[in-house]
Amino acid sequence: MNATVPIAASGAPRPRSSAVSDVGVAEPKRHSASVRVTHWLTTIAFLALVITGGEIVLSHPRFYWGETGNVNTRPWLNLHLPSSRDTVPTGYGYVLPDQNGWSRYLHFQAAWLAIATGLFYVLFGIFSGHFRRNLLPVASDLSLKAIGRCFIRRLGLARPRAEEAWSYNLLQRLTYLLVIFVLFPLMIWTGLAMSFGFTAAFPATARLLGGHQTARTLHFLTTILLVLFLLVHILMIVVAGFGQRMRAMITGRADYVRKASPAAGPTEPEPLRRSEP
Amino acid sequence: MNISRRRLLTTGLAAAGGAAGIALAAKLAERHGLIPPDAGGVYGPGETLTYAAQRLLNRHAAARQFSRNQISEKPFANEVSPLGEEFQRLEGGGFADWRLVVDGMAARPASFSLAEIKNFPSSSHVSMIGCEEGWTYIAEWTGAPLSHILDQVGTLPEVRYVVYRSFQPDWWESIDMADALHPQTLVAYGMNGAELPVPFGGPLRMRVPRQLGYKSVKYITRLTLTDSLKRFGKGLGSAAPEGGYAWYAGI
Repeated sequence: MNATVPIAASGAPRPRSSAVSDVGVAEPKRHSASVRVTHWLTTIAFLALVITGGEIVLSHPRFYWGETGNVNTRPWLNLHLPSSRDTVPTGYGYVLPDQNGWSRYLHFQAAWLAIATGLFYVLFGIFSGHFRRNLLPVASDLSLKAIGRCFIRRLGLARPRAEEAWSYNLLQRLTYLLVIFVLFPLMIWTGLAMSFGFTAAFPATARLLGGHQTARTLHFLTTILLVLFLLVHILMIVVAGFGQRMRAMITGRADYVRKASPAAGPTEPEPLRRSEP
Repeated sequence: MNISRRRLLTTGLAAAGGAAGIALAAKLAERHGLIPPDAGGVYGPGETLTYAAQRLLNRHAAARQFSRNQISEKPFANEVSPLGEEFQRLEGGGFADWRLVVDGMAARPASFSLAEIKNFPSSSHVSMIGCEEGWTYIAEWTGAPLSHILDQVGTLPEVRYVVYRSFQPDWWESIDMADALHPQTLVAYGMNGAELPVPFGGPLRMRVPRQLGYKSVKYITRLTLTDSLKRFGKGLGSAAPEGGYAWYAGI
């Protein structure tokens, strides 16, 4: 793909968010402080939500469509897992300990953290230009061919070139946009649609989805997509260089350029053009 | 790190503003009864945010209602631990001796028989009951609105919660006045046009459709009107938080 956005320009934030490097020259940050803080807060919230969500599912590991579903009705999906309730016919001869109390408390506390962080991130993304600069694909990149090429490159687990540390590739951009603007909102919607207090105020949240149990099933299926995203996300980071990518998301520094040529030591990466071979 | 003075100043001001904002919000929340009794502890912030947010959104909203043809053919009663000989004796007598005691901060504390409760104006609605485990069913519930019973005993103006107890001593719950006075909150004795079956909570069950099933306590025997939940059990509001579950179950 022939991108028109110079990488350094797209990755380099304004001088305000720069730190002074050991050579005394302002060094651009790979990720702004807002991106880094919201990334890790989301990580904490997401892990808490997945673990507690799994615990809650174990008290009734069956899924239904429509409004109603219980052990007297046929499930659409039976996970065939042991359950923390002896009322669920699982086929296992034992019952798991009940973890729903703290799981539900923590689930909703983590959901508040995720929503607050997400809200801040979206506002920041809009007003700082983060979405426009870093996540919106360049229009000329948006062809199936380009997406396919990028996908194949990722499939081959090719290590990205050093300069790619300063930008997101096309597939990354599309995936992040999907996670941020489709999957996360869907999680929040389907979650709220299961709340009796919330649907009292906004009954359409449950009705539009097709019912309480449909909301619960979609909440579960979307979780699977988000967990798949997380696994691929971690795999790609390992492929790209775990240490370097983690450092970039923790300290904001992506110091490959200095490392690549310590003698020349350019403190700012060259304006590179993204191009797939 | 070269932190400019302006940045230090704005950060400091933002932090002070944030702290003042939280303190003000806490004060306002307290005044408007938006702090749940289990607000202490590690999960207090989430619980408080949920309770406060939902009360601001749904104070007068009604739980979703359904048409009669959506009533579940196979409702699930959930399991009930053995109710004992005394219950069997009462059941044998058609629950003629079942009493609902109403005490606490009432002008005229009373004890009502099942027949008296059935003679109160009745109310019916088709609503969903959902367990915190995730399963649901829809049924038509018939009963006396709790608000009517509260009117009968003359609720004192300072009452903020109604505590209700079950024939099963481990089950006791409480709700705030937003739910207690809500027209859908019933002291229910009928289900799907018939007597409320014992497995579903008969002869008398609290029905709070804007919250999860565990607030709809079965076999209720006593209501206590109070201005504070501190004196009940461990002071967390109900049996649910004592067992690790949230007091507010609107989510």
